[in-house]
Amino acid sequence: MGGVTPFLVEARGLAVGYGGRALVSGIDLTLRAGETLCLLGPNGVGKTTLFRTLLGLAPALSGEVRLKGAALADLTRREIAARLAYAPQFLATPFAYRALDVVLMGASAKLGAFARPGPEEEARALAALAALGAEDLAQAEVTRLSGGQRQMVLLARALAQEAGAVVMDEPTASLDFANRLQVEAAVRALAGRGMGVILSTHDPDQAARLGDRAILIGREGLIASGPTDAAMTAENLSRLYGVALRREILSDGAVHFR
Amino acid sequence: MNERLISSALALGLVLALLIGAMIGPYPLSPGRIFGILAGDRSDPQAAVVLWNLRLPRVLAAAAVGGALAAAGAAYQTIFRNPLVSPDILGVSAGAGFGATLGILLGLPVMAIQMLGFGMGLLAVILVLGLSWALRGEGQILVMVLCGVAVGALAGAGISLVKLLADPDQQLPAITFWLMGSLAGIKRPDLWAASPAVLIGLAPLILLRWRIGLLSLGDDEARALGVEAGRLRLLVVACATLMTAAVTAMAGIVGWVGLMAPHMARLLVGPRFDRLLPAAALLGASFMVLTDLAARSLATMEIPLGVLTAVIGAPIFLWLLARRARIWAE
Repeated sequence: MGGVTPFLVEARGLAVGYGGRALVSGIDLTLRAGETLCLLGPNGVGKTTLFRTLLGLAPALSGEVRLKGAALADLTRREIAARLAYAPQFLATPFAYRALDVVLMGASAKLGAFARPGPEEEARALAALAALGAEDLAQAEVTRLSGGQRQMVLLARALAQEAGAVVMDEPTASLDFANRLQVEAAVRALAGRGMGVILSTHDPDQAARLGDRAILIGREGLIASGPTDAAMTAENLSRLYGVALRREILSDGAVHFR
Repeated sequence: MNERLISSALALGLVLALLIGAMIGPYPLSPGRIFGILAGDRSDPQAAVVLWNLRLPRVLAAAAVGGALAAAGAAYQTIFRNPLVSPDILGVSAGAGFGATLGILLGLPVMAIQMLGFGMGLLAVILVLGLSWALRGEGQILVMVLCGVAVGALAGAGISLVKLLADPDQQLPAITFWLMGSLAGIKRPDLWAASPAVLIGLAPLILLRWRIGLLSLGDDEARALGVEAGRLRLLVVACATLMTAAVTAMAGIVGWVGLMAPHMARLLVGPRFDRLLPAAALLGASFMVLTDLAARSLATMEIPLGVLTAVIGAPIFLWLLARRARIWAE
């Protein structure tokens, strides 16, 4: 590598899908520390499948994924977890775990098979919650939290996992306005701490707000991938959603598509 | 700290239950006498025989049955992310039941009956796992549960057939009684036969208990956290099944404990499997020792264990259901 820091996440010529059938192919992406990469596209184009492929949960149909320079195919489950965390859209457990217990689960990549988290891991989990301003949730049962609060718990777990990068599957999709702002602030906080963030969203304005880079995947395949300003043109977004869109700069400098 | 306090209280509760179970019976033993005999006092040979050959095997067997079923139930509920499953889910009980009733029909010796019950219980699980693997789809957990229902129904049909063929004077009462669960006639060799399988099944669950809890998040999340979810789940199923088959072969079909004890434990220590497993096992063991005590002392004849666990378990379960928000999400 010659002193060059490898990308946290890097994909080259990646094709993803299942049952041997490709949903999207030709994906190139890179993610550096502190960067946020937003993935835009309608439902069913393979956003979640792309995430599962990056996490090694689904095999790549062709192309290559590297995490911190190491080929995904050569990494164990534990090594992958130490490089790339996953924040699912929903916390899918029926049990009333305390939020702190869920965040503690982020420690599993670093704990031995027979080990249980101790005071050290607990302190790290509490610090992760505090970093996102969610320390008062620690003792609450996750089944009683709002969607936004649960998302904060999942992001805190990703932080506690100390993976360097995280993949978030539509973190704000099912949230109301206030919760969406809170989760966006948490995403910024993670990036501000040097984490690389990949997230999918249905809101181009949000992608323009949060993202340093963007990937647009439409029904016919990959539309654009690159720095946000270059990838998120009015033309590309119009193609992506199949409706004519204009790109506007609001008085506060925010990008708005309508 | 709180966790340690609760575990100690539950362990103390089990010791007390064992002591009470050992004291009460047609030949009562005082606590002092029991501790004396345990310490090597031979002044009362009759009391020593009662304790060593009857009481202790029986209370220890009851503890093993309750502890194993509760531990297996907690494991199944956690890894299948379903608070309503129990050791019956994979057809273990029905399979073991079919094996044991077949053994009774064939007039096999007691040890052979147990081995047959044990073998059939394992066979049922292998069948369920194989079928759900062959029919693998998106909802694999549901497929596995439904395969368990199907295999359980098959084993149930086998049991009915065996009952039809059994000699109505000798074998049928024995089969019926066994199917309702009982520790009457437990002897030390029965305990020696069942305990290795229980311990072999329990040890990996205890060692891996924190990681096993991560399986309650679902496969993708658990794997993204660094857990080899498929392999770990298979190991947990194998361990829980081994324990269930071993105690079912010894005591017959005892329901409810595997469903109820984990729920009670969850109310006490929360859903974290590393805390849930010991709490559920201790609660299940104490519950079964006391239930078996009631089974042998409430009436002049032995009341089948399965009858008592259902009579006690069903109302408690309904009470838990009424408070379900504390235990699991809708």
